[in-house]
Amino acid sequence: MTYAMEVVYLFSSILFIMGLRGLSHPETARRGMHMAELGMLFAVIGTLVGKQIVTWEWIIAGIAIGSAIGAAMAIFMPMTAMPQRIALSHAFGALAAVLVGVNEYIEKGHLGELSNGLMSAIGFEVLFGALTVTGSLMAFGKLNEMIKGAPITYKGQNFVNISLFFITIGMFVYLIFFPYDYVTFYWMIGLSFLIGIFIVLPIGGADMPVVISLMNSYAGLAAAATGFAIDNKVLIIAGSLDGSSGFILSIIMSKAMNRSFTNVLFGAVGSPQVDTTALAEQRPISRFSIEDTKFVLEQAERVVIVPGYGMAVAQAQHTVRELSDALEQRGIKVEFAIHPVAGRMPGHMNVLLAEANVSYDQLLEMEVINPTMDTVDVCIVIGANDVVNPAARSDKGSPIYGMPIINVDKAKTVIVMKRSMATGFAGIENPLFYEPNTKMLFGDAKHVMQELVAEFKKV
Amino acid sequence: MTLDIMTVLPFLLMIFVVAILLGTEVISKVPSILHTPLMSGSNAISGITVVAALVAAGEGHNWVSTMLGTAAVAFAMINVVGGYLVTNRMLEMFKKHEEPKK
Repeated sequence: MTYAMEVVYLFSSILFIMGLRGLSHPETARRGMHMAELGMLFAVIGTLVGKQIVTWEWIIAGIAIGSAIGAAMAIFMPMTAMPQRIALSHAFGALAAVLVGVNEYIEKGHLGELSNGLMSAIGFEVLFGALTVTGSLMAFGKLNEMIKGAPITYKGQNFVNISLFFITIGMFVYLIFFPYDYVTFYWMIGLSFLIGIFIVLPIGGADMPVVISLMNSYAGLAAAATGFAIDNKVLIIAGSLDGSSGFILSIIMSKAMNRSFTNVLFGAVGSPQVDTTALAEQRPISRFSIEDTKFVLEQAERVVIVPGYGMAVAQAQHTVRELSDALEQRGIKVEFAIHPVAGRMPGHMNVLLAEANVSYDQLLEMEVINPTMDTVDVCIVIGANDVVNPAARSDKGSPIYGMPIINVDKAKTVIVMKRSMATGFAGIENPLFYEPNTKMLFGDAKHVMQELVAEFKKV
Repeated sequence: MTLDIMTVLPFLLMIFVVAILLGTEVISKVPSILHTPLMSGSNAISGITVVAALVAAGEGHNWVSTMLGTAAVAFAMINVVGGYLVTNRMLEMFKKHEEPKK
């Protein structure tokens, strides 16, 4: 690697870091991303003009195909499919790392240059890479509802997973000392692919934000390991940035669910739906009609809307915005309270509402809205369930006990929009529905919203 | 590259550790409303694997490595191009409205 290339890579690294720093505020975020794009352009051009490259046909083909597919996915995929798209892109990035790793192994193997150090780097690269590929594809399948979203569990599952994990690690350690055993190498990759599948199998839809963040982290670490294998600093730096971003997001997501990583990966929530169901079976609920809802909303001064995955499923974000506009025209203050794990990926609700043209300063975090909840006149819950379940505060027996929630029950009136009385994804009964200040408004989120907006337009 | 990785390993590890710490510092300042763009943006950045793939595809060592490299270039480019485009598309939507439409 030449001196000039090192300098170019250094520039790229700086641009990547400054780019991510831009994401600390919506105002500077776009400029930041442009910096990161420039960094990538520098790195690619620097590599292309470097002396290592002698043939061009295949490179051009690869770039053309990849760019075309990438652009098509970015332009044509609807915003509602964003979690799937992100899961898929983690798989692609990780697959690229695996292919590079395998190639490095073959080449250096031929030359007889597989040192212990190089083997460790390649090993990490293909391990992280392979399990991210299948793990992300599984996540994609679940998000796209090609695979059952509910946790898939069987007896002895943890035992199988843990043994598989240790066998793979054992192979890796063996390879570090005997790097030329190529049969073991390919077996190790095969087993990592299996681990990726098995690890996501028992994870339910509501835990997807954690899985996606973890895969984000692993994809980055695979890229960083590639940097070690080919002694390239920009790969190490860019990979580490992605690795730490995924890591931080997984921590935030886990905290927001009051669960540890290990609990998410090995705990399979959804199985313990035993104890709380008996609690409230036949208690009365009170229902609201569209007219009732409109009447209550018109009396309000401050309205908070709490969206959840149900809003995404019904694609109701635009209608929700229309309602918010209608209320604001009447001088009512409208805010949105966003729980960190609402939806299927970090920031899911924010993206949907931004798409529907909701101003970002109306999107408030749970910590900001909760202390003021008792001054809220009406709280509208749209397709959210577990993140507003007061059992998390009070019921020690509940599987979600201790999880921070949006305290909608503190508002003067809570209107819950829901298809039916069915429980959320975690299968947990929600005592909120039986509170005296809670009014149930049944129906598809989008239809109910449309009717409500129409009602407001009548006058 | 005849130099063994062991000779540069301490230096590379240092870069790795500093980058992780710096990344953690920078990223913990990203507000939760931008978490999705953060994820797709950082994923686009990790498409930097394309650099390694380009070398593998273009070194002209043998047929196998050209093919592996080319496939890797294509997959990494999906991330780079797709990731940046979709992040920009998302960030464009995050706007502040001064006054609600009357």
